[in-house]
Amino acid sequence: MSAATEAPGPGVPGGDANGRGPAPASPRALARRRRAEALRRFARDYARNRAGLLGLVALSAIVLLALFAPLLVDQSELTVTGAPGQAYEPPSGEFPLGTDNFGRSILDLIVWGSRVSLTVGFLATVVSVVLGTLVGMTAGHFGASGGTAGRIVSSVLMRVTDWFLVLPTLVLAVALAAVLPRGTGTIIIAIGLTVWPATARLVRAQTLAVEARPYVERARALGGGHAHVMAWHVLPNVMPVVLAQTTLLVATSIIAESTLAFLGVGDPTTISWGGILEAARTAGAISSGIWWYMIPPGLAIAVVALSFTLCGRALESVINPRLREQR
Amino acid sequence: MTSDPATTGAPSGAEAPGAAAPAAPAGPGRAVRAARYVAGRLATAVFSLLAVVVAGFFLFRILPGDPVRAMTEGREVTAEQREELRRQFGLDQPLWQQFLDYLTGLLRLDLGTSFQFREPVTELILERLGPTVLLAGTGTVIAALIGLLLGVRAGWRPGGRSDRANSAVALFFWSVPTFWLGLLLIVAFASGRGFMPGLFPTGGMVDPAASGPVETVLSTVWHMVLPVTTMVAVIYAQYLMIMRSSLMDERGADYLTTARAKGLRDALVRRRHAVPNALLPTVTLIFLNLGQVVSGVILVETVFSWPGLGQLFYSGLRVPDLGLVQGLFVVFAASVILMNLLADLVYPLLDPRVRP
Repeated sequence: MSAATEAPGPGVPGGDANGRGPAPASPRALARRRRAEALRRFARDYARNRAGLLGLVALSAIVLLALFAPLLVDQSELTVTGAPGQAYEPPSGEFPLGTDNFGRSILDLIVWGSRVSLTVGFLATVVSVVLGTLVGMTAGHFGASGGTAGRIVSSVLMRVTDWFLVLPTLVLAVALAAVLPRGTGTIIIAIGLTVWPATARLVRAQTLAVEARPYVERARALGGGHAHVMAWHVLPNVMPVVLAQTTLLVATSIIAESTLAFLGVGDPTTISWGGILEAARTAGAISSGIWWYMIPPGLAIAVVALSFTLCGRALESVINPRLREQR
Repeated sequence: MTSDPATTGAPSGAEAPGAAAPAAPAGPGRAVRAARYVAGRLATAVFSLLAVVVAGFFLFRILPGDPVRAMTEGREVTAEQREELRRQFGLDQPLWQQFLDYLTGLLRLDLGTSFQFREPVTELILERLGPTVLLAGTGTVIAALIGLLLGVRAGWRPGGRSDRANSAVALFFWSVPTFWLGLLLIVAFASGRGFMPGLFPTGGMVDPAASGPVETVLSTVWHMVLPVTTMVAVIYAQYLMIMRSSLMDERGADYLTTARAKGLRDALVRRRHAVPNALLPTVTLIFLNLGQVVSGVILVETVFSWPGLGQLFYSGLRVPDLGLVQGLFVVFAASVILMNLLADLVYPLLDPRVRP
């Protein structure tokens, strides 16, 4: 027990003093303090990465904008019939980004479209991360400590993963989206089912590293079953890597959503950034030079994807000191 | 070490094949081991191909929805026409019969018939293969060259000015949707609007007015500038990131200290010692990322009306012409699998350390 309470690393000031003090704090309080300290250290390390901070600020702003979109945008003005302006009005005081072919304000469309784009990005990432973590952890855990049967399961899972990894992602996603019934759910599934293999590989590698540690052996010796070891020892140690990967995947998913919409397999009934771009193209905005219809949605996608990527890389460099840049 | 490639920034996430090759010289002879390695890789590739073939069939048949209904969505069709379509595509037969027909067809390189063009899919694909190989090949080679060169500069001094500038630009291009970049290039350099004259054609591959071989080649190059630029801009970032992290791994290696101790200049240490070693894992990852090139080709060809496989895929999607989409799905996946097999087989020749 005492070994466990003294275990916190050298970066925990006061930990030792507390452990030896006259009235030892309860283990739970110590654990809580240790966790708070770790979190603070994490935040400090993260804050040192300026690009990561920039991404985080941009993301917070965009998420807030998406959450409060119903207060900022009059939904009735987003329908084709309720359009407030004339078709293709250039940017003006009333319509800061001009209007589209129906006379709808493009700024309003983009603010509203952030909701679908972000939702699809997040949910597709959740699907792929859950799938990838499950497959990767199962393969890693049973490959390391599941006997012959475990090794077979593990190698079959990894073969499947490799197969998916090799398939051209876009082709598979488009094929899925084309065959399943139209809708936002289909887009989420199509993206989620195609981007998980990278996560699975990453999680498997991390699981193998964790499984080799002595404390996992200790847990097993004390009678911990597969479920216990995976849930209490492997998962918490895999989570940081998964978190960084998740952040990067959201960027990929948002770009994928716009790509699917552009290829015409998106959900035509909702407003998303990719959908706006596709509408701009089919309306002939390129040949007639209606730049205000085309540039803002693409820029929005790029900014969001870039912010997520910056956050993900900052997380990665905090978690994996080997990647930390020298400044 | 194992998690390396997946943390390189670009979401690749594959390990170099054969990285865990046994170093023990004991056991069977070298030729036997090499043969075993090749056989193993071949078996994996064949298995993957079979899986693609089966998936290609069931993806478009078993999933909810009826192919004929999907094909005729939004169009006036009578029940008889529907029946006719069913018969024409063999959909009235039991599933196992369809599957057998599909397999025997594949053996004869018959990928079925396109609903939209009323032509065999194989013929359509062969017609369009050349332009795609031209575009994708040029784009990949240029992107790899630029990415590797910049990656070496960035990875040799991580955190330096060149690294930060290069990584920032690469990340930006990587975050930009391919098709949007293409559209912007069209508006800026081809539409002839505003202050910019229309420098380049907006789409197509050759000017129909071009006559004679020289003019045709020049016209093709002219038409290729914008599509290739788009492809390069979007895919060079991952090559840069891979090369960068690969070189960063080598930076601390002992043999570099030795090279420096010999008194070699920094540039020489980099060029003769670090880069060749860092290049090896990069080569495999370039092959592994070919799936992304396929995605890029589909989008770029669609935007620039380039008469290749990607545009064919798009036109198949628009109808939707499931026979065509299915055939292209199999072809795209198979080509990526074959390229990966090639990488697996060539890699041990390049890198003696992983030779089986």
